[in-house]
Amino acid sequence: MPETGLLAAMPIHELVFFINKGIVAGLIIGSIYALGAVGVTMIFGILRFAHFAHGDMMTSGAFIALMLTALLPGAGALVGLPTAFVLLPIAMALTALLAIVLDRWFYRPLRRANVRPVTIVMASVGVMLMMQGLIRLIFGTGTRPLYVGAKDIYRIPVGESFIVVTEPQVLLFVFTAVCIIALHFFLTRSRLGKAMRAVADNADLARVSGISTETVVRATWIIGGALAAAGGTLLALDVTLKPDLSFNILLPIFAAAIVGGIGQPYGAIAGGLVVGFTETLAVFNWSVLLRPLKPVLPEWIELPNQLTFVPTEYKIVIPFFILVAVLIWRPTGIFRGRLIK
Amino acid sequence: MSLLEMTGIHAGYGGANILNGVSLAIDAHEIGVIVGPNGAGKSTTLKALFGLLSISEGAVAFDGEDITNTPPEKLVEMGLSFVPQEFNVFPTMTVEENLEMGAYVRRDNYRHLIDQVYGFFPPLKEKRRQPAGELSGGQRQMVAIGRALMTEPRLLLLDEPTAGLSPRYMGEIFERITAINAAGTGILMVEQNARQALGLANKGFVLANGQNRFTGTGAELLADPEVAKSFLGGEE
Repeated sequence: MPETGLLAAMPIHELVFFINKGIVAGLIIGSIYALGAVGVTMIFGILRFAHFAHGDMMTSGAFIALMLTALLPGAGALVGLPTAFVLLPIAMALTALLAIVLDRWFYRPLRRANVRPVTIVMASVGVMLMMQGLIRLIFGTGTRPLYVGAKDIYRIPVGESFIVVTEPQVLLFVFTAVCIIALHFFLTRSRLGKAMRAVADNADLARVSGISTETVVRATWIIGGALAAAGGTLLALDVTLKPDLSFNILLPIFAAAIVGGIGQPYGAIAGGLVVGFTETLAVFNWSVLLRPLKPVLPEWIELPNQLTFVPTEYKIVIPFFILVAVLIWRPTGIFRGRLIK
Repeated sequence: MSLLEMTGIHAGYGGANILNGVSLAIDAHEIGVIVGPNGAGKSTTLKALFGLLSISEGAVAFDGEDITNTPPEKLVEMGLSFVPQEFNVFPTMTVEENLEMGAYVRRDNYRHLIDQVYGFFPPLKEKRRQPAGELSGGQRQMVAIGRALMTEPRLLLLDEPTAGLSPRYMGEIFERITAINAAGTGILMVEQNARQALGLANKGFVLANGQNRFTGTGAELLADPEVAKSFLGGEE
């Protein structure tokens, strides 16, 4: 079919570049943020404290996946998927267990002593530092690949260009979608899921209704821990595994949870994508998209080679900016969560 | 034998006691009403009896069994149910989910109970898919009472069920409470609208300063000139 009219005039090459560097990248990092933020927001909704050790729980999940991969290196080849991905459900279960143990040892005693929430927040900072130390002690400070061998790369031809996605990126996106749908059905259809929403809504009334807070708290850690492991492992498959893998994304994750409205799991997913996209689009080189317009632009406009909102090295200011903006203009977040006091 | 019997209860929030020896008893299928001025300890009495406050002295018996300082989740299983005055619904959950949460301790099929609640409160059936937080005050109160009925309690504790409601809803809630009682559930409620509430009461308890002042049938208390003068806002 000959390319005519509008289609021929479309700057396909530039658009594909935008899809690769803007859309795909935003979706990937947004999914990671979403997986972390759902846990953070649910823990806040039910246990009423900001869990600062959540990033390191994601890293721990990835290292657990690494250990499982070392134990069963052949597991992936059986089904033709990365070994770490095949073993992910086990890593999720073990990380959930780790989360419950951390709660038993550190957070539950404080809860029972009826301390103020900020005390538990500080305890979680302690747990965070402790986990960072332990990970470095056991695995060293180096960087390791979690994806063994060369990554499968899919190229979808569009005109003369290609939309490029790697296998871990596809797995990441599909797995996140599956987790979110499963979580949705759990929260809206199951007895325990509804009880979790009830405790987040009104803990006193839940108690008066005979709902056991301990059961709900345990379920919260299981879900938060499992999703953290999934996020950490999938991120490490896409990039590489290092001890500060997820500590670096703790801030965007909190920004995502707050943007979405604290205590709102769906809000956290939306918030994750909002923060992820904003971040990628802020460092995207818009010059590429503007260049084809050159003939129609007035002459006095000169297009620089690099036209980004912030340089890549300063990417971290974006979640900071979003966080501050949301707290000033809409402190309940887009999904009307709880006010943080 | 009384369904509920409180004898000489002392209780409070940490520091000084608010209740200094409250006693009351009601039989199965009766409506008991607690009235009295602000700060008399009416709501505190309900909270102490439902295990939300610790009782330092005295005893509570439910159906002959001692339930002093029993935690609420146990009491729910024994057949007591409590509707707090405020924050008594799960605001982001739908009306029907609120009722399901009321039935959380049940493992059987409770569909017929949801229908029974819709029978008592027809407006809820229409709004069953709507979040409870979006309903009017009167309808929220219906959800709150409906939630508490889902365990098929033998005794329903209501803390000021008509507080803040318009007179139209107030009348409707009182009427529904009578219907729930007629269907076999004992009621113990605290009320500000003392005159109307005592009109429904088999037993009335006037509290002041954390102690019993007058006890009698609803009609006796309404007829007592001293009760009328001090606690029912003058004679009518």
